[in-house]
Amino acid sequence: MKELRGRAWKFGDNVSTDHIAPGRYFHLRSNLPELAKHVLEDARPDFAPGVSAGDFVVAGRNFGLGSSREHAPTIIKMVGVSAVLAKSFARIFYRNSINVGLPAIICDTTRIGDGDLLVVDLGLGKVKDETNGEVLSFPPLPEIMRKILEEGGLVKYVKRRGDLEV
Amino acid sequence: MSEKIIGEHAGRSVSAGETVIASVDLCFTHDASGPLLISQLKELGLDLQNPRRTAFFVDHAVPAPRRESANDQKIVREFAKKAGAGFHEAGSGICHQLVAEEYALPGQIVLGTDSHTVTAGALGAFATGMGATDMAVAMALGKTWLRVPETLLVKVTGELGKGVFSKDVALHLVGTLGSEGANYKSVEFSGETVERMETSQRLTLSNMVVEAGAKAGLVPSDLETKRFLESLGREGFRRVFPDKGAQYEDTIEVEAGKLRPMVALPGSVDNVKPVEEVGEVEIDIVFVGSCTNGRIEDLRVVAKILSGRKLREGVRLVVTPSSRRTLVEAVKDGTLQTLIGAGAAVTPPGCGVCFGALGGVPADGERILASTNRNFKARTGNPEALTYLASPAVCAATAVKGVIADPGEFL
Repeated sequence: MKELRGRAWKFGDNVSTDHIAPGRYFHLRSNLPELAKHVLEDARPDFAPGVSAGDFVVAGRNFGLGSSREHAPTIIKMVGVSAVLAKSFARIFYRNSINVGLPAIICDTTRIGDGDLLVVDLGLGKVKDETNGEVLSFPPLPEIMRKILEEGGLVKYVKRRGDLEV
Repeated sequence: MSEKIIGEHAGRSVSAGETVIASVDLCFTHDASGPLLISQLKELGLDLQNPRRTAFFVDHAVPAPRRESANDQKIVREFAKKAGAGFHEAGSGICHQLVAEEYALPGQIVLGTDSHTVTAGALGAFATGMGATDMAVAMALGKTWLRVPETLLVKVTGELGKGVFSKDVALHLVGTLGSEGANYKSVEFSGETVERMETSQRLTLSNMVVEAGAKAGLVPSDLETKRFLESLGREGFRRVFPDKGAQYEDTIEVEAGKLRPMVALPGSVDNVKPVEEVGEVEIDIVFVGSCTNGRIEDLRVVAKILSGRKLREGVRLVVTPSSRRTLVEAVKDGTLQTLIGAGAAVTPPGCGVCFGALGGVPADGERILASTNRNFKARTGNPEALTYLASPAVCAATAVKGVIADPGEFL
């Protein structure tokens, strides 16, 4: 798998799908480019205007708790984020993230600083923080999720195989 | 119970930790996720595997407050009708309430594109929320992949005190477990207190397990479940219960008699305190509704407290029945008249202000107390407002007093 490279945007614990895709923009759910302008607005208002292609969302525990809205990982991906790193993910967000082809990486993000330059190797399961020099390991995805991510998401996975397989 | 039900749908016995392919009995979506799901189905190039086991609900932005929502609902309406799937028009009610009233049965696997799909666990179904793409695939193939979850047993014993309801048990549990204490796990309820609860109260328990991250929240189906289904003229009851010697990852004991009316403080659902410990908190808007607590039994409690009383000057009360059936019942038994007479604004059945796009959004600096399930920043539509959560009884007592109040003296 290819190496991902970008800057870290740090977030805290319990960033909910309401922080990522606020309900007051409900009417924009079929207009994802507009909705994406508000991504993570209630957690960090500087994120959407400042994020660059390839950057990482780096969070604490239980990232993506709350609603099942798949619009949340979809708009994170749309603004160019190459992966979300968190100490843990809420169940539905984790599944949705992989389904839309956004890598969700579980690792100890404590020592990653805001703005650090990260290099992520999904195949090796390594995160290198080039700013502080540290290297973190992360566990591989469950088999079926790894295959879905490798295909670029669940739609492509099912289109290629015509079925679900474990 | 989860292992039993998933095993029946995987065609073999399964145990926690395994990943399996399981058939599904019901797939549903709503106007919030339906358009995205439909676009994914089109992308897949597949039709619904079984339209009779597929349902579409227009329940979030109802009646449509703006053009974009109206257009989204049109997409859902036209697709559902063309596909021959179940369709529930705006005003019918919240998907989870209608799934409980019209679809879910004990022992089924129910999937919905909404985290509160877990609500149907109260009927002894394995019910869980997923995203739009997972649901598009489940609708097209009639199956999904599941990691069989570990189970936490929650045993509730004793008698709930005056003014204490299943919502307080649920808030206490979320406070105890924390917002990810049950992540990826199934919660199973047991104990005499749960056995004595009516289905309406059990639905509240199951509904809120997702606030601790749980994948499902099951109540064994019993004679009460049978009564509930029969009262709606429905067939298909069967007993689903845990095997003797069922394995639990952990057991959480709750002594009902020690519980007080509980309040979740703004920002996170697991920041829960007994009502007497929250201090004097002035409230501007009270909202009673949602898939958690918008049922007729909830409205009756509110009416009982408001009967012969008026809302405190300066407090607005918004009541949103969870389904048309709820509204009809409230009209018939005088509940609605009491609510309106006391000064409540009653809106058509649906999700109401719970998700933050209509139905009572608070102004900047205001505090809203809601009988709903989430209080994250901006949840009720305004990042400059604060959202507190409690039972319908606490909501009603608060509407009378103007500050968050113990309902005990009114009951």
